[in-house]
Formats: sequence, structure tokens, C-alpha cells
Amino acid sequence: MRALTIAFFITLIVVPAIAEEKPIELKKAPGVEKVEANCATCHSLDYIEMNSPFLSAAQWDAEVAKMIRAMGAPIDEADGKAIADYLKKNYGS
Amino acid sequence: MITRRFLLEMAGTSAAFLGASHLLPRGVSPAASESAFKHSPLLPEGTRAEAILDSLPGKRPLIKLSYRPPNYETPLEYFRTAITPNDAFFVRYHLSNIPKVDAKTWKLKVGGEGASGEIQLNLDDLKAMPAVEMVAVNQCSGNRRGLFTPHVAGVQWGYGAMGCARWKGVMLKDVLDKIGVKKEAIEIVFDGADEPILDKTPDFIKSIPIWKALEETTLVAYEMNGQPLPHFNGFPARIVVPGWTATYWVKHITSIKIVTKPESGFWMNPAYRIPLGKFPAESRFISQETANNTPITEIMVNSLITSHADGVSLKGGSSTTVGGIAWDSGYGIQSVDMSTDEGRTWLPATLGEDLGRFAFRTFSFPFSANSKGKQTVMARATNRISQTQPTELIQNPAGYHHNVMHSITFNVT
Repeated sequence: MRALTIAFFITLIVVPAIAEEKPIELKKAPGVEKVEANCATCHSLDYIEMNSPFLSAAQWDAEVAKMIRAMGAPIDEADGKAIADYLKKNYGS
Repeated sequence: MITRRFLLEMAGTSAAFLGASHLLPRGVSPAASESAFKHSPLLPEGTRAEAILDSLPGKRPLIKLSYRPPNYETPLEYFRTAITPNDAFFVRYHLSNIPKVDAKTWKLKVGGEGASGEIQLNLDDLKAMPAVEMVAVNQCSGNRRGLFTPHVAGVQWGYGAMGCARWKGVMLKDVLDKIGVKKEAIEIVFDGADEPILDKTPDFIKSIPIWKALEETTLVAYEMNGQPLPHFNGFPARIVVPGWTATYWVKHITSIKIVTKPESGFWMNPAYRIPLGKFPAESRFISQETANNTPITEIMVNSLITSHADGVSLKGGSSTTVGGIAWDSGYGIQSVDMSTDEGRTWLPATLGEDLGRFAFRTFSFPFSANSKGKQTVMARATNRISQTQPTELIQNPAGYHHNVMHSITFNVT
């Protein structure tokens, strides 16, 4: 019973938490799972939509490189390339 | 795990949501604010699609640009008065780990190699010191970045990454005097309680030159418009650097260091830089200058028409008052001039109450809708050292200092 009460309480609280930061639905395309798994660690994915569709391929490459080199995102080279490719194809100019 | 902080935030969200609608200025609905932003043709398409009105705990609905870290701008309607309400004041963070600071346990450490000693102050210690109050504009360096053509990467702010409040606190100079500043000191370094998610992400650390820190207008503030600072504006204390852009106004301040070498972290260089020679630079930060660039410092003279949304309809033959606000880095606003013929001729607007040289200055101008069709009204502010607004954007890589003259177009029917 106590467990049930706690479960009920958690449900009540979690619902508005979702409302607070609404999930961002990025375009479904190859690489989206890598974007969601890596980028969303530090920031919400609306950053990607907000910076679209005006960044060129070179500018998206620079953004991904900045996140890895300056911001310390632990993303290996292959994933970095997959993320940049996804952004260029789906949110590029 | 459900933390106490989480529960408190949720309680705040509900309160803000329930209280929001009747707190907007008269005649303004949240939907109208959102709509004005969403239809601005100058903003990137992706920004207009993702931006929504959303309430952070303790805040009215603001224009959400990003949830995490929270970047929320103030809708235009709140800029019809010189003071921006606390719960409508914009929110800007670089890092997502933002602790709820407990005022009872909060401490401010002051020291550094350029200091003769060190000290820890709590909130009561600060409040026991001589207090000063000042009305000053807090404006993000990248305010209006979203209006740049071509667009540049970053938070795509419209007009509302700014606000003006009455700040109360102590002079930073009085805090520094408690420990003594050595003569070789060159910069004062600020750190706040907000932190990165990853250890390798640079913490948000900022510095200002010693001369600026010692000015009597630079504060450690603990009140905003007669209230404790809102959580999202830096509770329990933040740095206030009137005249300089908001990047130096470090929130949730926990550490002040007097240093003898220039601060070299990411947020001082390469971030927050402007090319040398492109903007007026009365207020220099020499210890940080390079051959090519300099940290952004003083706010550029600027103005904004806020009485009407762009594109609003007016009946032919009717009259209205066009108004707004003007501000600069603290020389003070000398005049605001208005043009109804795309800048060929200008007439002076009437200036409103002067709340101090760092404050928003309201202005008003009578306008008659004489001819049918589109009629444009443009504003141009000039400060007391004759600096004025450009007609064309001054391009710079990070999208700072947008102070192009603002205009609105009436649809006269």
C-alpha cells in the first residue's frame, strides 16, 4: 500500500515536470538518435531548431567542433561526423 | 529521486501558471505577445516555430527560446514603462546546472592573489554594509541577435533580452576595501553558483578591469525593484555593472577574486568578443584586448517603439501616441527623434521621467494617420555625447550590439 501511495504521488509530480520542459521532436532521419543521445546531455534540443535553417554545412561543422573542443562534449569522431551530417541535412541552409 | 528543490520548483510553476493571465499589462494577452514574436519576418524560421510562451517558476509567461539552459525573453509589451517587473524580466543562462541557493547557507568568498587578505560574507554581512540603489538597464550582449542578416549562430533573441530595474546592494568597491587591493591588481574575477553539466565544460567565469570594479556604480546587488532577486535573475546576490552588457552581471555570485593576470577562461576569450574599431569604445578593457578584438563592454545607444506592435491597423484620420524607451551606457539620453518619412525628416519626441543615466527613458510622440495604406514611424535616440543609432547593422561574428533604428508600420484603413 505504501509503495502504491508513493507511486501515485510520483505520477502526480512527474506530469507537470514534463510540461515544464516539453520534449523536442527533431526530424526523424538517420543520425537523430546520436543527436538525442549526445546533445541533450547539456542542453535542450530546441537549440537546434532555433538555429535553423540558416547555418551552412561549414557552420554546422564548426558548431559540432565547438561543442567537442571548447565545451568538452565526450563525442568520438564517428559520432561527431554523424551528428554534423544529420544537422546539415535536416537543419542546414 | 525527488529532491526538495524539485518540489519547490513545481510549486512555483503552478503558482506562476495560475497567476499569470491577470498580471499582464492591460489590453495584452499572452497570445498577442507570442503572435507578435512568431510573425516577425526578421527572425529565423526555426526560431519562430520553436519559440512559445512558457512560465518558469516564479515568472509570468515569457518567450521561451530554449528550455535548458533556460533562455526566455521579455515580450515587447512590458517595455512600455521604464521599470521592467521582476516576474517579466528576461532569463539567460549558459550552463544547465543551476542550484537553488539557500540564503541561510550562502557565502560570498572574496580574495585572490591581488588582495591583501580574504574574507567570507553572508547575506546578513552584505545587508549590514552601507546600501546604495540604482536604476540600470541589464541588456544581453546578444539582444536582437535573431534579427541579424545574415543570421549568426547563438540564442536567436528578438527585442526582449533586456530589462531595467532598481537594484539595491553594496558598492563592489566597499567589498574590495574590506580586504585591500594590491597595486598590481588588474582585474576582478566573478564566479556564480551555476555550473556546467560536464566537468570539461568551462565554468561561467567573467572579469572586469579594476577601474570599472572601483566605480561607485558597480554593485553587489541583493534586491531588485524592492524585492529579493528572483531565483532566475541571480538570487541571493548578483553583480551589477551599469552601462556594460549583462555578461558581466554574474548571477548567484559566490566568488570575487582580485587578480594580477588577465582572466583567460573561455567566457572571456574567445567568447564575448567584438572586432576592434567597429564600435565606439569609450569604455576600454585594455588588459583583455588583442590585436584584433576586445571584450564587449558598454551598451550602445538604442531605442525601441513599444506602444504598438508592428503591422497594427489604424483608422484613417485617427490619432494615437507612439511611444517607447531609449537607453545607452550611462551618458544619458539627450533626445529621441521620430521620422514618418523613412528618415528624411525628424521631429523630437517628448522624453518621460528621468530615472537616472543608466535607466530606460520613456518617450512619446503624437501620430496622425493622415493617408491610407502603410505608414511607418521610426525612432532614433541620441545620447549626451552625441552618439546615435545607425541605419544599417554593424556586422560582427557573434551578433552583438544590434542597435539599428527601430520602426513600426501602421496599416491605415
